[in-house]
Order: sequence, then structure tokens, then C-alpha cells
Amino acid sequence: MKDISRSVPKEDHEEKVSGRALYVSDIQMADMHYAKTVRADRPHARIRNIRLPELPEGYVVVDHHDIPGANHVNMIFEDWPVFADSVVRHVGEPIMLVCGKDKQIIQSICDEIVIEYEDLEPVFDLQESVVHKSFQKGDAAAAFARADQVVERVYETGYQEQAYIEPQGFVGYLEGEKKVTLIGSIQCPYYVKNAVIKTLACDPEDVRVIQAAVGGAFGGKEEFPSLIGCQLAVAVHKLKKPIKIIYEREEDMIVTTKRHPSKTTMQAALDSAGRVLAIKAHVALDAGAYIGLSGVVLSRAMLAVTSAYTIDHLDVKGDVYLTHTVPNGAFRGFGAPQMIFAIDMFMHHLAKHLGKDPYQFRKAHQAKQGDRTATSGIFRDPILMDAMVEKATSMSDYHRKQKDYASPDVYRGIGMSWFLHGCGFTGSGESDHIKAKVRLRKSDTDHVYVLVAAVDMGQGAKTTLKKVVVETLGVPYNQVTFDDPDTDAVPDSGPTVASRTAMIVGGLLAQAAQTLKETWKRGETQVVEKTYRQPEFVIWDEKTLRGDAYPAYSWGVNIVEVSVSPVTYEVKVEKIWSVYDVGKALDERIVLGQADGGIAQGVAYGYLEVMRHHGGHIQHKNMTDYIIPTAVDMAPTETVIFDNPYALGPYGAKGVGELSLVGGAPAVAMAIEQAIGRPIQKIPATPEMIMELMRDETH
Amino acid sequence: MKPIKFILNDQPVEAHTNPSRRLLDVLRGDYGLTGSKEGCGEGECGACSVLLDGYAVNSCILPLASVEGRHVTTIEGYAKTQRFAVVKAAMGDEGGSQCGICTPGFMIAIESLLKKNPKPSEQEIRTGLAGNLCRCTGYNMIVKAVQKAAKVGEGLW
Ligand code: FES
Ligand code: FES
Repeated sequence: MKDISRSVPKEDHEEKVSGRALYVSDIQMADMHYAKTVRADRPHARIRNIRLPELPEGYVVVDHHDIPGANHVNMIFEDWPVFADSVVRHVGEPIMLVCGKDKQIIQSICDEIVIEYEDLEPVFDLQESVVHKSFQKGDAAAAFARADQVVERVYETGYQEQAYIEPQGFVGYLEGEKKVTLIGSIQCPYYVKNAVIKTLACDPEDVRVIQAAVGGAFGGKEEFPSLIGCQLAVAVHKLKKPIKIIYEREEDMIVTTKRHPSKTTMQAALDSAGRVLAIKAHVALDAGAYIGLSGVVLSRAMLAVTSAYTIDHLDVKGDVYLTHTVPNGAFRGFGAPQMIFAIDMFMHHLAKHLGKDPYQFRKAHQAKQGDRTATSGIFRDPILMDAMVEKATSMSDYHRKQKDYASPDVYRGIGMSWFLHGCGFTGSGESDHIKAKVRLRKSDTDHVYVLVAAVDMGQGAKTTLKKVVVETLGVPYNQVTFDDPDTDAVPDSGPTVASRTAMIVGGLLAQAAQTLKETWKRGETQVVEKTYRQPEFVIWDEKTLRGDAYPAYSWGVNIVEVSVSPVTYEVKVEKIWSVYDVGKALDERIVLGQADGGIAQGVAYGYLEVMRHHGGHIQHKNMTDYIIPTAVDMAPTETVIFDNPYALGPYGAKGVGELSLVGGAPAVAMAIEQAIGRPIQKIPATPEMIMELMRDETH
Repeated sequence: MKPIKFILNDQPVEAHTNPSRRLLDVLRGDYGLTGSKEGCGEGECGACSVLLDGYAVNSCILPLASVEGRHVTTIEGYAKTQRFAVVKAAMGDEGGSQCGICTPGFMIAIESLLKKNPKPSEQEIRTGLAGNLCRCTGYNMIVKAVQKAAKVGEGLW
């Protein structure tokens, strides 16, 4: 049999290199109108009065009064208004849209709008918990009671901005009297559709959502586009014209969701031999002004508490706090990067505290097949971490460099993280909430159409999912078509998130293709559908967070080498080595591309990407202020993919997209820690922070 | 208003519009050339790159007036060349494009780089591409694509 991993040409390569792919801002329509958002300029205030200038003919403002249905965005937690009504809770909160034909006239209307506020006290500290979760494994209290010693450390992480190169945007128009069609830069066509249905209080057939080419997303186009989609749908109904809304870079950076800043307190109970008996952990996430998806992000953070280690006794708690800042949300990794930074640094720091070799110490706690997971489920499948760690350390010459860089005056360091990532939705999310459905349609000319809601946002979903169908059917590539999803044409195969697309959607497509192959009737129209069913062995209790949190796990090892300037404390990443187990790569080049892009974001999260707010105002609001890696910053990478086929994944595939991000920060932080000889407990480890660390201890 | 005359993708054109408008807006809006993208609008990301007399510039910070009498080549024009075909194939082989929003800009930047320096070292490639941001690829596959294009297309630049 042909090896599925062998790369095939990327489905959309031609149109993307030549500039022919149509992103939302490239879409042109006759009589196109435009919209701009009027936003709050303060963190917390009551709106006293709004004075509008006289509007020229053909121009309208759209605000909460125009919403026929619910004034909140349909999400897991429904507290996020489509338009602010009487109170604004963060800088940049949308109050209304100004719509019309000419962008300059729209701008001058916006400039003339006067909003009178009564300021209210803003909250920026983590005081008000709105979501609290906890779970236990074993008996942590007893373990702490008999501990030889207890060690505590606190780990903090900052904001991270997705910084997709294409800002958010939509085009919306009416088809007939009441059907609104939205074309957008989105990850989740059905999230947008379902949100708009609630806001318009209309029938499902009156909303159609189509995906345009997506210029990067990384979670940033998971839930946020639902907000713009709802606003635009209301505007389209009022103006009855096609309207385009494209965010400017600065607007995008100030108002869209980011990775949650976090603070994690770790406590370990150690026995006299220096083994970890138990861990107590508390993770605090800053949600910003609305909860949105934060509760789910919190779950993923908590469930990653022991990452690739097995600890028998756990007491894990977490809280989501509201502050008067921009709402945070989905970003590749979804809570796991914060926790994996904390646990991997903590294991490293525990070893140092005990005077043990961190490598041996971590080895002694490494998770093995058959072990109980953090939530008392079971690691059922083979775990290849021994071989993977061996591979990573030998290709990077890790052990020799560890010794060579031990002296603080070489200002060089090498750090290693190892980690896992749960594939798919947490717990029973797939079976209870998503219930993914895929469809294959064969025409009477025997051409096959892949009908799923999965979005290609650069991760190659079109190529890999089509490949699964083509290879299973055993037909030529040009006999199968995969168009960008349109909710009028495709069933709800779920959102394009949580590293679920290859494994879940791909798995269902493989089943559908198999059925189609077995029932193939030449020259006849055929339709095959498959709906997701939870594997029977997966047992999960959402209330106690107990059981198998994920059907499968992907695993990884990252090693990062850095040098630090003794003068400016600037960090240079010299080289990155990675080893991953993603089950089976559905396309090697695509997986390596995900590996490179993910680690670039993960490492930069650890040392480079700085975003802060001051009094609720984001300070890093354009690409000049918010630094992401360039080709010069990014180090060469060497990546090895291990085969470890997962029985229930298509051709053995598990999740890929997020795995390559989650271990970057601890690896680079450990490397910097070695280079400067000071512990790192906070990221990003900027030159300013390093300078402070150096000063603190030399004085 | 005096029209701005320039050569756009090898065709002489006269733009009857406000000469202080950004070249990017004129290309996308007036000529329908949407291959040049707007990522930042402030000269930081290179998604809007076009060739001005053969070398890459950011069209989002260039007023139309400054192209008077000069050659402007967008991705649409460049896509008709043999050099483009070589870079396209190399980008495909090495996986240099993911979401693609940065890709037309990178194609232009790569052309400009190879025109200046047909045999760049890895470091020269990295420096040459430092004006273009890509959030998807982590750049290494793009760097490899440039190396490959330089080799396969030897003599073309
Ligand atoms: S859009 Fe011109 S440099 Fe970013
Ligand atoms: S391929 Fe997405 S930004 Fe470069």
C-alpha cells in the first residue's frame, strides 16, 4: 500500500502564490457599501447620551435597538453583547456601525458622533471569579500530610496576539427579502450561522454563511467572527445593500480576542527520596470583559496540569476572572500553553531545588502507557516518549551542551520541554455538543464532492481531507472536489478547532468514503453521510472532570538553544529541534509546515511577543509595537515525526495543529534560564525582565 | 487634476485620480488587482509588496504620485514570467505557503532578492526577506524555497 504520508501538491497552492485566491477584502460586488464600528474609548462607563450628526441619504447607524433577537453572541457562555447597550466594559467595545457607500463620508460621520459617558470604576485585578472548576485525583490531602517537604512556585504568562496577517472581515448581502448571506474570514461557519439566527431571531434557512479564503486564524477566527457576523447581519437587514467590513490592523489588535494572561500556583508534596507525591495547582485566567469561551479554555488548561508526567495525587483548581479589558478567547493551544509552561518549568525547578539532574528527575515521572491521566482516565495507546526524547537529545547533542553551557559566563543555554496535547474537544464535547456530520455526494458523472464545514485556514485541511477521500476511494485527484464550505451546501461537521479536523472530520470522511466505495454504482447519484459516535471506551463526567478527557493524545519534545547578549540581554534563538507523535502524518510536508509554524509561535510566546494594557488600553496595537518573529529571528528547525498509528484515526492520524505550539515557551525559557543562571517564572522573558533578574541577584 | 502615467504590468496606464492616494488602493480598487494584500497598512508586513522598476516596495505607504513614469509590476504581472514559475514550483515543493495571505508579497520579495543577488547565502535570504511577515510557516520552508529556486533557476536572474 502507498504511504499516506507521502506529500501531494497542496490543493490551493496555485491560486495562493499567484494572488488569485479571493480573501474577503478581495470580494467585489456591484453597489458595495461599507461599515465602520464606533467603539468605546474607556474601560468601564455608562453611556449617558449619544449625539449623531445629521446622516446623509443612504447612510445609517446600526446599534442594539436594531437587533430583533438576542443582544448577545451565541457562544458557550452567553454574556457577550452584539452591541453595547447602556454600559461599556472594555476599551474598543462596539457601540454601533456606521454604514454607507463612501468610506470617507462614513469616517466623517464617525468623527462627528459624540458619546457622553459616566465613568465607572474599572477592575483590572483578578478579583471577581465568574467560573470556578476543580478536580481531584487520588488523595492529595493525605499525600501533602505525609510529605517530607512542600515546594511552591508561581508562574505567569502574558497576552499573546494571534497576529494573523489578514485582519478580520466579512461581506454581507441580502438574497431576496429576508435571507442574509455572509462571506467571511472564519474558522467555524456554523458558529457564525447559529449566532446570527439568534440575533436575528430568524429561521435557519434565512442565514447562509460562506467561507472566503482565510489568511491565517490560529483561534482568532474561532468565536470572534460571530460577533462581527451578527452586527453585519443586522446592518444588512437595515440598509438592504451589500456591505463590506474589514478591520484595520490597529482596530484588529485592540479589539479582537487574545491568549489569556494567566497566573498558576503550583505546589508539590515531595517524599524523602525526592519524588513528587502530589501536586496542588491553581490556575487563574484573565478573561477580560466577557466570559465567552474562557470556561472551556480554563478546562483545557487544568486538564494539562501534569502534561506528559504521571503524578498519582492531584488537587486542581481554576478560576476565570472578569476585568475591564479586551475579552480573551481561543488561540492555538487553548489554555494548554499556559499550563504546560507552568508544569514543565515547575518540574525543572523542583529538580534544581532538590539538587537533582532535571533530566533524570523528569524521566522518573514520565507518563507511561496504562498510567492514569490527570483526570483518572487511562493512557490506552502506546507512548513513544522514551524513544522520542532519545532522538531529540541525540540530534541536538543536548547532554553535552547541558554540561558545556552550565557555566554562567558562556551566556548560552539549551532547554527541553516534553508535552502532550489532547486531540479533539474536551470530554464529551464531540458527542454532546458538536455531533459532527460529514457528507460525500457523487454525481451521475461519478464526480465526488466533499461536503464538510472544515475550513482551510492554511493548515492544509483541503489537501489532507481530500487526500483521505481520494486514497480511500482509489480514484484520481481530479475526480474529487472540495470547495470552501457554504452552510447551504455542507452539513455541520463542527468547528475547525481543537486539533480535531484531521482526526474527527478526517475519520468520518474515511468511513464515508469506504461506504461509498463499497456501494459505488457507476453513473448514479449517491449520497453518503456519517455522524460522529464517541468511542465506547471513552467515559467522562463533565461535573467532576473525571474520566477520559480526550480519546487520544499527541506527544512532543522540543529542544531550543539560545545565546543571550551579556550587554543588551537580547536573546537569539540559535536552533530548534522537535520530535512529534501525531499518530500518522496524513501529509508529511503539511505536518512539517504545521510543526515549523507552531514552534515559531510557541517560542516567540516565551521570549519575544509582548502585549500589555495600561488602564485597559492595549499598548501594543500595530505590527511595529507588537513584534512577531521575522525570517531573521526565526531559527532553523529540525523536526522528526514518529509513526504511532491511532486505531480510530484516519490512516492512524491524531491531532497536529496545536501540538507544535504548546511546548515552545518552556523550552526557550529553560534555555534562557541556563544562559543567564537565573530562574524564569514569567514569560515573555524579555531583555528588560532578564536585566531585572540579573540585577536582583547580583546586588 | 493631472493624470499619473506609469507602466503597470507592462502596459502604459493613466490614472485619473487623486495622486496622494496609496498605490495599494489604486491597484486593488481602480485596476482590480487584488493579488497585493493589505496586512498592516503601515509598511511593516510586506503583504502589499509590488515591484517598482524591478525591486520590491510596500505599496501601502507609497503615494500614487511617486510611480509617475515608472514600472509597477504586481503579482498578477509577475505571474506571467518564467522566473515566477520557478519560484512557484520551489514554494510548492518546500511548503513555503500555508494560508497564502503573505505569499504574493513573498513572491515579489523573492524576485527582488534574487534579482539583487542570484546566489544568496541562507543569511542573505533571511535578511532579504525580513521585511515580509508570515505567521503560518515560521519562514524556514520559504528560505528553502528560495535556495531551491536560485539553484533550479540558475541563469534566470
Ligand atoms: S500592508 Fe503594506 S506593509 Fe503591510
Ligand atoms: S502563509 Fe499565512 S501568513 Fe504566510
